[in-house]
Amino acid sequence: MRGRWRVRGLLRMGNYVDLLHTRQQDAELKQEVARLRVEEASFAEDAHQGRRLQSLLGFKQQYVTSTVAAQVIGTSGSERSHVLYLDKGSEDGLKPEMAVITPDGVVGKIRDVFPKTSQLLLISDSSSGAGVILATTRIRGIVKGTATGRVEIDNLTADSRIKVGEPVVTSGGDLVFPRGLPVGTIESIAPDPLHQPYTAIVIKTAANLNRLEEVLVITGTSETLPAAAAQDADAAEATQEANQKAADLIAEKLPSLHSDGDAAPVAGAVGADGKPVSDDPESQVGGAVGYINSGLPRPKAAARPDKYSPGTVAPAAELTPGAPASQQAPQKPQE
Amino acid sequence: MAERSYTSREELDQYGFHPGVTVLAPLVCILLQAMLPKTFPWLIHIDLPLIATIFFAVSRRSPIAGTVTGTLIGLFQDGLTNHPFGVDGIAKGVVGYVAASIGFAVDVDNIINRIGLVFTLSMAQSGMLYVIAHWLLGDGSYRFLPVVELISAAANCVVAVPLFAVLDRFRIRD
Repeated sequence: MRGRWRVRGLLRMGNYVDLLHTRQQDAELKQEVARLRVEEASFAEDAHQGRRLQSLLGFKQQYVTSTVAAQVIGTSGSERSHVLYLDKGSEDGLKPEMAVITPDGVVGKIRDVFPKTSQLLLISDSSSGAGVILATTRIRGIVKGTATGRVEIDNLTADSRIKVGEPVVTSGGDLVFPRGLPVGTIESIAPDPLHQPYTAIVIKTAANLNRLEEVLVITGTSETLPAAAAQDADAAEATQEANQKAADLIAEKLPSLHSDGDAAPVAGAVGADGKPVSDDPESQVGGAVGYINSGLPRPKAAARPDKYSPGTVAPAAELTPGAPASQQAPQKPQE
Repeated sequence: MAERSYTSREELDQYGFHPGVTVLAPLVCILLQAMLPKTFPWLIHIDLPLIATIFFAVSRRSPIAGTVTGTLIGLFQDGLTNHPFGVDGIAKGVVGYVAASIGFAVDVDNIINRIGLVFTLSMAQSGMLYVIAHWLLGDGSYRFLPVVELISAAANCVVAVPLFAVLDRFRIRD
């Protein structure tokens, strides 16, 4: 009986041991949430600004509004023909030249459509092509398949700005693939001996074209943001406004913490008392690193420190268990 | 009871097939060729319709029948690809004719001869496809990759030996 109680006691102790790092994790997660909120607000503002500028300049942005999920049921059976067969056809609303994607990236386009099946031409086929843009350098190109099944850009001349690992996305210029869909990353850059002075930029496709099971056929696009996405954008914008208001409120109530009411990092910012407000994480507890006063301020050093003042007692790791309090070396109070 | 006499290797080794087998065997090969690489992508290097073409051609020992069989199987295969229609039809038609012609001269029931025949005709088909794409269609991007073709031919031999043994069971002596 006593043994059973001991086991239960040990199990309870085990539960407490599991909670050892909970407080630290909780603090880290709170810090993470604060940082993500600031970032989200910043991104929402950028997206809003981007949409506003696009409408001002008359840019035509295409958004994916509807897709049809289809399953791959077969191949062409030839190593030189990169064609797959899908289990959806014209009865499901599929038409030739529709873009086909996976959550990872672009796959190809619909070539032939039958009532219940359709033929998918992969971007790795030599007769396939797509307009792309290099994400970092913003250089436009045309991605093509080769006879060996590789995907490459062969219409660009040598450019030192193009680096291996640079992401490649669709440009939307081919009117098949909506803009901004991931195609892959640059795998290698080498002079093309057959097409001088162009380079052969080999792309590692984002979607695994050899192991396709299910794909999404883009059946509808729109120049306006889809309702669900617009709702998300509005929510993000509202969050951004709420965050801004909260920051303003804090700035009003705690003038010493903010110089201009902006939550963003400001170089050389000074508080209301004229002293510089540091964005050093050591000057605050919690909050987002790099953002002034996004956490709680650290208490100032006590004028007359006693045993209750912060920092007067040595850290627990340095204390000797069972030793009298008088023998514990008192720590120098914070300046 | 009258005894049948054979005067040549053509008569000795000439076989026929049940119409169902003649139609279904190539169709199953084409279907498997389209379905299997979805699950096992490396199987794309094996050409089951080519093996079927060679088998039916050498068994019938009729160049005309071999050419027709090869052409039909090739055209069915073309229908699944995005190649210009007829590329595989031409290549397999020639393979069927050559296989049937070789069948007169050698003992195609011998396993070594079968391996040699499949290997040679696999390489010959790859060469013909290259010639058709490069010279007839003017497709400069089409490359002949010797190592890949050799591996393909070897893989075809590995599959052909048991497949021939299975198909032998459906042969009927004419």
